[in-house]
Amino acid sequence: MEKKLSDFSIGQTGVIKSVGGEGKIRRRLFDMGVTPGADVFLRKVAPLGDPIEVTLRGYELTLRKSEAEVVMVEVKQ
Amino acid sequence: MKKFVLAGNPNCGKTTLFNNLTGSTAHVGNWPGVTVDKREGLYKKCPEPISIVDLPGIYSLSPYTPEEVISRNFILDEKPDCVINIVDATNLERNLYLTTQLMEIDVPLVIALNMMDEVEKCGDKIDAASLEKKIGVPVVPISALKEKGLDELMKRAYAASREARNGVTVLEDTALMHLISDCRIALKHIGVENALFHAVKLAEMDELEVAAHPDSAKMVEEFKSTFNDDVFGNDFEAIVADSRYKYISKNYSHALTKKKSSSERKLTKSDKVDKVLTHRVWGIPIFLVILFLIFHLTFSEDLLYLGAGGVFDKDEPVVAYDIDGNVIENVEEDGIYYDEDGNEAVAVFEDGELAALELVPYAYDKEGNAIKAFYDAEGNELTVLADENGEVVDLFDAAGNKYEQLYNIDGYKAEIVLNEDGEFEDVEFASAIDEFCSEITVNTFFGYEESVFSPGVILFNTLDTFTGFLSACMTQALSGAAPWVSGLIVDGILAGLFSVLSFLPQILLLFLFFSILEDSGYMARVAFILDRIFRRFGLSGRAFMPMIMGFGCSIPAMINTRTLADERERTATIRVIPFFSCSAKLPILTAIAGGIVQMFGVGNADLITYGMYLLGVVTAIACVILMRATTMKGEVPPFIMELPAYHAPQFKALMLHLWDKAKHFVKKAFTIILASTIFIWFVSHFNWNWQFLEDEQINSSILAGIGGLVQPLFTPLGFGSQLGVNGWVFVVAAVTGLIAKENVIATFGTLGACLAGAAIDVEADGGVGAVAAMISGTGINVAGLIAFIAFNMLTIPCFAAVATAKAELPNKKSFRFTLLFWIATSYVTASMVYLIGTWWWTVFIFAAVWALVITAIVLQNKGKLNLKSLKRSK
Repeated sequence: MEKKLSDFSIGQTGVIKSVGGEGKIRRRLFDMGVTPGADVFLRKVAPLGDPIEVTLRGYELTLRKSEAEVVMVEVKQ
Repeated sequence: MKKFVLAGNPNCGKTTLFNNLTGSTAHVGNWPGVTVDKREGLYKKCPEPISIVDLPGIYSLSPYTPEEVISRNFILDEKPDCVINIVDATNLERNLYLTTQLMEIDVPLVIALNMMDEVEKCGDKIDAASLEKKIGVPVVPISALKEKGLDELMKRAYAASREARNGVTVLEDTALMHLISDCRIALKHIGVENALFHAVKLAEMDELEVAAHPDSAKMVEEFKSTFNDDVFGNDFEAIVADSRYKYISKNYSHALTKKKSSSERKLTKSDKVDKVLTHRVWGIPIFLVILFLIFHLTFSEDLLYLGAGGVFDKDEPVVAYDIDGNVIENVEEDGIYYDEDGNEAVAVFEDGELAALELVPYAYDKEGNAIKAFYDAEGNELTVLADENGEVVDLFDAAGNKYEQLYNIDGYKAEIVLNEDGEFEDVEFASAIDEFCSEITVNTFFGYEESVFSPGVILFNTLDTFTGFLSACMTQALSGAAPWVSGLIVDGILAGLFSVLSFLPQILLLFLFFSILEDSGYMARVAFILDRIFRRFGLSGRAFMPMIMGFGCSIPAMINTRTLADERERTATIRVIPFFSCSAKLPILTAIAGGIVQMFGVGNADLITYGMYLLGVVTAIACVILMRATTMKGEVPPFIMELPAYHAPQFKALMLHLWDKAKHFVKKAFTIILASTIFIWFVSHFNWNWQFLEDEQINSSILAGIGGLVQPLFTPLGFGSQLGVNGWVFVVAAVTGLIAKENVIATFGTLGACLAGAAIDVEADGGVGAVAAMISGTGINVAGLIAFIAFNMLTIPCFAAVATAKAELPNKKSFRFTLLFWIATSYVTASMVYLIGTWWWTVFIFAAVWALVITAIVLQNKGKLNLKSLKRSK
């Protein structure tokens, strides 16, 4: 099943399928390793519900839900 | 001299490596045009000394952040002899992404595989030799923290620097290689250096490259129109990034042997700490407690709450004795009694009760006996001690022995002070140094009986005592000089300099705490926790720290805005930092609030003080929203960042950091701040005829004259023309506050004394009496006083903060606008406070005006209203 990274719940894992968006934010996502084929694990959500923290390529990355919206992920069961 | 650069991701141990390679030779400056730290230093263990430059921490060589552009241009333009790429071995995959880009530049490259000790601790293994074979450049395992492998690293780097290296790319097997090769040939043809690097960036349609090589860019456009990839379409930027990561996982992962797969791994210490610190419920309260502790340790004068807890009772009853030491029950007003040490004293009453015993002044002889009568050489008792010039005559005791030296009650050398009739009035210290030393006790440093000082206050008092001692020595040395000379040197130069330097201990302590939070990795989590709130104001969670630091001192707060990535966000933040009322403004708040309660009998002093803090915060938020909607427009900066693993901060790095900040601040204190301070001293101590004035005569100074001239301007603020002839005092007090905000109350003391015609001791009651004198002398109303506080809080901060803002803002234009912004904000807010406070119905007028302004801005931003074209059509 494919869904947006911003819709993930804590503890879910998946493989990135595509990264949308444009310009600066998209490039930033690529540079931080958010590219198709990478495994992601939603580790935590901030106390106020946003941003989120994911484990990716062996490190912790935080991003806002609005930025995670462009990342499509195939959910692993 | 050879030049090596250090390049790598943030948090990869780059600064630690730099500090250990260069030691004491390091110095920190700014990259031209931006406020990003530039570190340079010397490495001396190679056959020749090597200059080492620490590039800012970056994840990529993309053109989007100033750090990336700086690093990229430095490597391409300055052509260093070797690039040392520091790679965090615990996070190989993402760190090597930058390596694949650096490899494309024609420059010698060496990889420092850092944090190898951490990797081994987890039981993992990295085969550096096999990695070296794959990448084709030297790979040296090191531990920057434990200083392992550094000599080997520099040896290999030195060897590499002697041979030129041609760039290679990991994109060889991709569908884009054909295009890249074509671009490379075309660029080489027109003589471009580092053709491969530029060719790859062109293929990505990198903003900077497209602008620099429009012809080749056309070639890429053409190719793009015919190209179609199954997954990415013709999105070359995505293909390049993806290929890099694919190449890394394919070729380098085999060099890494993990003991266990990541899912089986137990929680690390860092994970456990993180679970608590970013807890859904406890995260924010824990943060607030940490913040409170930092401020408490830096600024509190009652560290353990002994005073507040009532452990010590401050009010001991006053007891009067007779000459034999018996307690006297029926004390009468102005009667002469004795204190417990047997010194004569007058009983002073307040509200019908015995309030204090005031010692009767006497001069003392060498043995410490009070001298109650003086005689001349013939043995006649003297009442008038002055000669025809008003000087004290030679004095003798009853036996005809001349007093060579008199002493005060504590045994310090003293001189006699006479009253107008030439009779004995009191004694004063003969030496300024003695006077100063007599006041130092253990309480000066560590606290009073009922309280213990915080470390910040102890440091503050230590430095303050030391500078006070220097001032006293100088006063002593200049005792024979003209009054204006000693005034200039002691009250102008030294006092100004020391009042600025006196902030230093607390600034550094605040810096230390925040550096610990930053280095430990907690600051990134704070941004994570608070981003949600700050996004609403158009800022990122990172802006919170500098703002909250503003409550302590604006200077470290402004410098700390360097952690903000977006230039516009930084500028907006720097501008509002002074609105977070700093610790030096607190005395203004408490004194005036105290004065209001005393003179008008309204309100509660604490409530007024608290309300003013709130006003500052509300103004700051309003201004940020306003700026982000108009002049400092921009998207909310992206918040895509690494949360580094927690680790203990390093003592050495912290100290180096503090040393840098201290050096920088002291340099400032001696230049721009000093000059401004002398100027203010000069205009407040000379009149229009260039005659020197004592402190008490400030009302005839040039400054008072100018104050009177500009006074009408402050009429809407409640302390202008309506106050009549004495109204200038508020304006003058605000101006002296520019040196240091504490000066506002000190000036109140001087000016209040002029108005009341009696000396006022601001130290004794925190300035409340001075404010009361100003109120009765000028007839200012409550609204005017509150407007005055608001004006002081929001207007141009002290010179030290202004100098910092100048250094931290991107350019001169922005700095001038900032000064204007501070004046305008304080003027508008203070007049709103005064007008609404005096005529409550004006609130509707202000509401209407603001509603109009906001509507205009919203419409303008939506494009429905164009103010610029409106102007043009006129």
